[in-house]
Amino acid sequence: MSDRSKLIVTGKPFRFDQERDAEFERLVKRYPTRESMILPALWLTQEQEGWISAEAIAYIADRIGTFASQVFECATFYTMYNLHPMGRNHICICRTLSCWLRGKQEIVDYLKNELGLKPGEIGADGKFSLEEVECLGHCGTAPVVQVNGEFHESMDVDKLKSLLATLK
Amino acid sequence: MDELIMVKINGMDVHFPKGKTILEVCKDAGIYIPTLCYDERLKPHGGCRLCLVEIKGKPVPLTSCTTPGEAGMEISTESPKLTRLRKTILELLLSNHPNDCMVCEASGDCSLREMAYLYGASLDRFQGEKWNLPIREDNPFITFEPNKCIACGRCTRICNEVVMAGTIDLVNRGFNAIPETAFAKPRSLKNCEFCGQCVSTCPTGALTDKKGRGKGRAGDIKKVKTTCTYCGTGCNFFLNVRNDRVVRVTSDFEAPVNKGNLCIKGRYGYDFIHSDERIKTPLIREGEGFREASWDEALSLVAGRFNAIIKEHGPDKVGGFSSSRCSNEENYLLAKWVRCAVGSNNVDNCARVCHAPTVAGLAQSFGAGAATNSLEQMSDIDTIFIIGSNTTEAHPIVSLYLKKAISKGAKVVVADPRKIWLAQRADVWLNMKPGSNIALINGIIHVILKNGWESKEFIKTRTEGFAELKAKVEEYDLDRVEKLTGVSRDKIIEAARLYSQAEKSMIVYGLGITEHLTGTENSMATANLALVCGQVGRPSTGIMALRGQNNVQGASDLGPLPATLPGYQSVTDPKCREKFGKAWGVTIKDKPGLKSVEMLDECAKGNFKALYILGEDPAHTDPDLHHIRKALDKIDFLVVQDIFPTETTKYAHVILPGASFAEKDGTFTNGERRVQRIRKAVGPVAGLADWEVLCKVSTLMGYPMPYTHPSQIMDEIATLVPAYGGISYKRIEKKGIQWPCPTKDHPGTTTLYTETFARPSGLALFMVLDHVGSGEVPDETYPLVLITGRVREHYNNGSQTRHAVGIIDLVPEELVEISPEDAQSLGIKNLDWVKVLSRRGEIKVRAKVTKRSQTGNVFMSFHHQSTLTNVLTSGHRCRISGTPEYKSCAVRIEQLSQE
Repeated sequence: MSDRSKLIVTGKPFRFDQERDAEFERLVKRYPTRESMILPALWLTQEQEGWISAEAIAYIADRIGTFASQVFECATFYTMYNLHPMGRNHICICRTLSCWLRGKQEIVDYLKNELGLKPGEIGADGKFSLEEVECLGHCGTAPVVQVNGEFHESMDVDKLKSLLATLK
Repeated sequence: MDELIMVKINGMDVHFPKGKTILEVCKDAGIYIPTLCYDERLKPHGGCRLCLVEIKGKPVPLTSCTTPGEAGMEISTESPKLTRLRKTILELLLSNHPNDCMVCEASGDCSLREMAYLYGASLDRFQGEKWNLPIREDNPFITFEPNKCIACGRCTRICNEVVMAGTIDLVNRGFNAIPETAFAKPRSLKNCEFCGQCVSTCPTGALTDKKGRGKGRAGDIKKVKTTCTYCGTGCNFFLNVRNDRVVRVTSDFEAPVNKGNLCIKGRYGYDFIHSDERIKTPLIREGEGFREASWDEALSLVAGRFNAIIKEHGPDKVGGFSSSRCSNEENYLLAKWVRCAVGSNNVDNCARVCHAPTVAGLAQSFGAGAATNSLEQMSDIDTIFIIGSNTTEAHPIVSLYLKKAISKGAKVVVADPRKIWLAQRADVWLNMKPGSNIALINGIIHVILKNGWESKEFIKTRTEGFAELKAKVEEYDLDRVEKLTGVSRDKIIEAARLYSQAEKSMIVYGLGITEHLTGTENSMATANLALVCGQVGRPSTGIMALRGQNNVQGASDLGPLPATLPGYQSVTDPKCREKFGKAWGVTIKDKPGLKSVEMLDECAKGNFKALYILGEDPAHTDPDLHHIRKALDKIDFLVVQDIFPTETTKYAHVILPGASFAEKDGTFTNGERRVQRIRKAVGPVAGLADWEVLCKVSTLMGYPMPYTHPSQIMDEIATLVPAYGGISYKRIEKKGIQWPCPTKDHPGTTTLYTETFARPSGLALFMVLDHVGSGEVPDETYPLVLITGRVREHYNNGSQTRHAVGIIDLVPEELVEISPEDAQSLGIKNLDWVKVLSRRGEIKVRAKVTKRSQTGNVFMSFHHQSTLTNVLTSGHRCRISGTPEYKSCAVRIEQLSQE
């Protein structure tokens, strides 16, 4: 897994659109402290933009009233937060223990060849992006692959082939 | 007493009070458990897994730092299994560690190395990926070697839990996890306080003090425990000395006040000690300049001139200023010198220009002019009432206790005209107009009485004069108070409720109370509030007057005051005069002498002839500088003893070199009345410490002072000052003692007035007070109010901090803080050059546009010799104590053409 601490600065101000703004205000009432909104606010950002920029992190810290370092910490810790624009089909392969033992490397190698991408890269045409991630919590059905948030369990190369064929 | 419970540790019975973790119990019992992620200052983390212990009946070893001790537990702290586990953990850490101990800055002070040695860990059992990240030295104080980081999270936790600075947090995860600033930006004042707390807690060589690198490691240095020379908090630390030079400051985790915590000034403000600009020899005026002289020549001249002037004009034309920067012993000696060698009562200290109103005001209300409680108790407060104190900047380590209370859920009321850090986090911010303290507090008491929120029992049994107070605060209905203070009524009501209804409420105040026309009355007003609610005389209640300087408490205690002898014993009381007269072998005059500000007034009129100024810089720090300079110009003979050339030394006839806190033995008394040692770490730059110089001058003048060590002076103090009666160097060797400590077996006093107050009746007295306002209020010509104060990085006239490498680079100049609204209407942008004018003078300075200032108020410090803010401040003084009104004067700001 790569160093996620180098954020992209867009040079443009970020703010929630109307829908996310309302959702933020709805959620904030749910928690005892405003800091609890860090993760939901990052999700809302990703939902809105597809990924999370430096400006968005500063905005969230300001909006919640917490230190930017804390939002930065959370955003860089959870690999499911995208810190740069992703392909239309974002493929995550679990690389933690169970998946490792059950052959995640074959899957990674196959995708590397097939798509011409290394984990952490996005294809030039923007169709695919590939990432190795930490435990996705489906150890019982390892190895597991996640495409745009959807789980595909007990994967092998054959299953992967047919999966790829369905993606546009 | 809490009930004790018992566990068996390694077969041994151990008793302890419920609520402690196994690790704490073992530490108390002297049983070693290895740890890497544990620091007493932090919440238990359970991250490093080294503190694992085996508990009978539990299936797996548990982390002792997070497991509470329970009755009947049978615990093993060492076993072959634990050794194997710990060794493996260490070997995993070492698999990605440079192991360059030969050249590592932390060598000799590295927990990882210690434990690897202890458990015989192999350096190459696990082969794998290794970090190869560059060393980061992108700021003046903190060097980060990421390759040496073991991601224990101590630095990030201390930054967030204790300092609440939010500078660093762990970013990334797993193998790549590393402490990092937000957006991985270099540390700067925008994201870091540079307190070095992270360095103090780092268990390896990952975080080290940049200034000390290469100048000596743990094995090469001598550690001298001492007390900080900056604010009145009284932090202890170790001066690290090598080859007669202070190379670094390190934490003393046993320190009673600060527990190892330090701020930027304490940890990184030491370079002044070895500055080339120090005064290194006595200097005698010759024409327009000065020439170097020997001690013998200079001291003969000083003694001869003083004696001649006393003979010609009488002793009442001669006096001395003492300094809160100097030790208790030196303050006592100067007070004694003026009374004995000179023969007058014209002696004062620089508390006159800061906390004299506290001494006078609280003494009238409570009976003694000092903070009532211990700083440590602050963390258990339920409601904090902060008035006139920017605690996080002026007293950073005191603020750590307040932050702890806040994180434990304390309610916070802040009364301050500026939107300071604490105001931003306050439940109620009373954004009062400068100078409206009495109106605000009378209004709060009005609300409390109206709602029946007062403590009737306390008022009845512990106080007197309540009826008069009640009648007076009747007049302060909220319509009137809103107008006088500018604070809305709902905030005043909420503040009154929070303060009066909490079980333990404490008032914390600073110079925002005292440096006013009504400074003494302001401090009495805070006492009224505490008394009405019965919030005094118990732990975590009372009034903490935060003392600005390291020894302002001690300087007041030990006699350099015109009306009182050491221990606040009045010169007008024949019994006190007799006692000191007998001990000192002289006749003490029965008329109080002149206050420092009055001595200068007399100088300006040509009526005062000779002055000895010890460690003070009135020509920079006193208000209305044009007046002060005129006064200093007119003195026949001025002796100034200081460590640096200052604005005041320019006026001296003889300049005597002073010794810094690192160059002499002595004691300081901190703001909670704790008498603590300072210790000689290096020799005095000019060969003599200040106390030795005073002894020599006095002896040459015909009044011998034959002391050979400051401890003898303290022994003499103990016989004359009842509150210091039980203090001796031997007793305070390890830990300071809080006065009153009347006898050699008295443990000292943490909480004052638990049974009775110190007034003759034993009752506290309500004072009837009226709103007066500031001496100078804004008008059409001077429409803004200038508030002066401190910024965290600098200290007082700046002569020390401006000589600290790094600090002066971070904050190189004065800035006038102005609100965005005022800036806009004046056409001023951030960092524009402006002219600030008052009726007394004008200065040029750059503007800082900030929401910290409310519309109508501007703020400046007086830390910079290049911007003498006190040219602007007014000559108004507290009507009782004579303390200048630094906190409020009328100014106008004009934009200067862009540069």
